[in-house]
Amino acid sequence: MTFINYAAREINCKIVYYGPGLCGKTTNIQWVHDKTRTEAKGKLISLATETDRTLFFDFLPIELGSIRGFRTRFHLYTVPGQVFYDASRKLILKGVDGVVFVADSQEMRMDANIDSVQNLRENLKDHGFDLDTVPYALQLNKRDLPSAVSADEMTKALRVKNEPVFEAVATQGRGVFDTLKAIVKLVLLDLRGR
Amino acid sequence: MAGSSLVVLEEDHTRFIALLDRLREESNAKFAFLLDRAGQQIAAAGALEASDPTALASLTAGNVAATEGLAQIIGENKFSTLYHEGENDSLHISLVSNKVILLVIFDEHSSLGLVRLRVKQITQDLGRVLDELMTRSDSQVSGSAVSSNLFEEISDEDIDALFG
Repeated sequence: MTFINYAAREINCKIVYYGPGLCGKTTNIQWVHDKTRTEAKGKLISLATETDRTLFFDFLPIELGSIRGFRTRFHLYTVPGQVFYDASRKLILKGVDGVVFVADSQEMRMDANIDSVQNLRENLKDHGFDLDTVPYALQLNKRDLPSAVSADEMTKALRVKNEPVFEAVATQGRGVFDTLKAIVKLVLLDLRGR
Repeated sequence: MAGSSLVVLEEDHTRFIALLDRLREESNAKFAFLLDRAGQQIAAAGALEASDPTALASLTAGNVAATEGLAQIIGENKFSTLYHEGENDSLHISLVSNKVILLVIFDEHSSLGLVRLRVKQITQDLGRVLDELMTRSDSQVSGSAVSSNLFEEISDEDIDALFG
């Protein structure tokens, strides 16, 4: 749920990065944190296991600038991707304004990608959202791997509407900010259109 | 609610601050914080010292959400309050009108009993302000008009300019 604070002159929106385990959600957030100037970002919070698997969520607040005198702040969250953390994923989606689905381009992870999109749809529905209408972007990550499925095949299998699709190698930052800019724009356009 | 916005006007903020200040003084607490259940900060009173309020809000919301999940698993509707005791500072977390989270940080100058008492007393007043705010935010006439006027002014160039 977008939060507009007239006293503080702020617009606050929530974006959630979703996807199967080890697809690169946390890597995306970490890259954004590392490359964003200090004054435009807050502390990166990562609630993870000892083996650096996301346990509950990652959280990064960023400020993108002002629109009409209002600071635009985006809270970026990732969900834990492992299948058995579904209860936690559902909680993190509360109040979401936009979703980025990070898909793992490896052929052996295609079933996991498809299952995760379906899981996203169901969890959004539990919160009263419809994947077909929520601001949404698809990122095809790990494009550098030799076992990567073609972008066309992945798009055909995973795209749910006419959402923008971005190829990425999150470990190198490729596609990370393009994806973020796209979802930010979609969220703001959606707010304008309400 | 899907597709909705929570709009806090200056007068709402002022009323929240006044109530949080009163709570903080009457309970001898260090800090009182109102946030929504998605982790967005609504209002705060007191000094947070070295802590990061944005991270505090996000983690508190996550804490509440996770604890509600736990409650439901064991057959409870919810846990009405959460209390975390530290060596120096402690946290008292409660829900107001089941819609927003009230966090109070206190030290040895207060007590759990006093904080609980004052939180209970202030919750109704906070709830009243919140109900007015929610009614306005949901309203077709005034609430959405406030925020839609802001967003209608936003142009494509404004959005593109965010990214330099």
